[in-house]
Amino acid sequence: MFVLTAAAIVALIGQQAPAQGVDWDKQFGVQEKVRDPKTGEFPVDPYTQSNANAGATPVKGESLARQFGGQPGIRRLAERTVELSEADPRIAAIFVSHDMVRLKRTLFEQFCYLLNAGCNYTGRDMKTAHAQMGLRKADLNALVENLQKAMREQKVPFAAQNRLLAKLAPMSKDVITR
Amino acid sequence: MIKKRILAAGLSALALTSPAYADDVVSVPGDKLLLTNGVTTIEGTSGGGMVTWATIAGRETDRGIGVSTHVTVIELPDYGWESHGLSVGIANRIELSYARQNFDTRNVGAALGIGQNYKLNQDVYGAKLRLFGDLVYGNPLLPQVSVGLEYKHNLDRPIALAVGAANSEGTDFTLSATKLFLARSLLVDTTLRLTKANQNGLLGFGNAADAGYSLQFEGSLGYQLSRRAVIGGEFRTKPDNLGLGEKNWFDLFGAYALTDNVTLTAAYVDLGSIATFNDQRGAFLSAQLAF
Repeated sequence: MFVLTAAAIVALIGQQAPAQGVDWDKQFGVQEKVRDPKTGEFPVDPYTQSNANAGATPVKGESLARQFGGQPGIRRLAERTVELSEADPRIAAIFVSHDMVRLKRTLFEQFCYLLNAGCNYTGRDMKTAHAQMGLRKADLNALVENLQKAMREQKVPFAAQNRLLAKLAPMSKDVITR
Repeated sequence: MIKKRILAAGLSALALTSPAYADDVVSVPGDKLLLTNGVTTIEGTSGGGMVTWATIAGRETDRGIGVSTHVTVIELPDYGWESHGLSVGIANRIELSYARQNFDTRNVGAALGIGQNYKLNQDVYGAKLRLFGDLVYGNPLLPQVSVGLEYKHNLDRPIALAVGAANSEGTDFTLSATKLFLARSLLVDTTLRLTKANQNGLLGFGNAADAGYSLQFEGSLGYQLSRRAVIGGEFRTKPDNLGLGEKNWFDLFGAYALTDNVTLTAAYVDLGSIATFNDQRGAFLSAQLAF
């Protein structure tokens, strides 16, 4: 027994170091995702793009879009909401390993489309986008609070804030999965 | 150096008391959105000041247990009201509540021969179950719906019987539907109540002719001014089992979430006629501490 153990130790110590310059990703069939140099986003599997994926129909008229500061204001709002949420200890973990560049863009497009500010939504539908996240109502509430904070920072009138929330709130059935 | 420190302390104290800095106040995090736990009714349930809503007390959602306490005073021309209590909200599904009501008859007590400043007291034990729906989320036309019961134990049985009530204890049954219509920043509640209570139970239940349950209606309308502020009005019908001219109740209220955990409610209330003393209109003040 002792002899066998000693032999095993000698064999372990004595084995050759792995050869230099081996492409281990290739050996194991791992494909490295590369950000698109133009958009800065990781590639995604193909899906059918449609405004129906936005999860609601746009508001009527253009006054609400104005109250949100038009497309530039809505873009700042979407980006700020994502940044606040990434820094929010209650829900930060949800965003780890997600493509935040893409999220900021698709969230902007969704807000912009719903507020009738002249965008098309090119992201996935709410059910598919949130399918693997295991979100709870408390997570959604935290996100709403961050969105509300971002809207306050941008001086969006409260009634206008609620009109955007009114478009988003019914999506909870596709977002909350446990 | 010391002067500087005092100045700094003064400034931070100023910051704490200024609403503009309310978000910086240290608070115990709860999972519910601000004000969606409602305030506390005179019966100890979560709702408006007077009307029981479908909401569940406390600030926790589906995985937590929330707790809420309150104190309420009402100042009327001939009477004084004080109530306080504790409620627990389990998984945003079940609410258990207790409230103690103390009703000071002041000079009326002497006029009625029960004694100057005689206080009528009542314990109210409540249980509420959220059946379905969500106050904020989900189908925008589907309200949050809850059923509840309130067991009321009047501690002044001889007086309740003397004014003609059949009993000094009774149970109310409620069915409430509440929804926040975000597109209009409007909160709407409608509640049906089966009750035998005379003046909330403070004058007992039913009458000598054995008046049974009657169906009463309650409603609240609230407009959200901000995340922290709501103004609105309430309405509540009541039976007149004792033939003392008991009237419907009305109020106009404003509620403000001072911090995530402390909500103050002020209201103008019209409680109509109480024990033949008419025009009982006055001020309602309530403080709620919720986690």
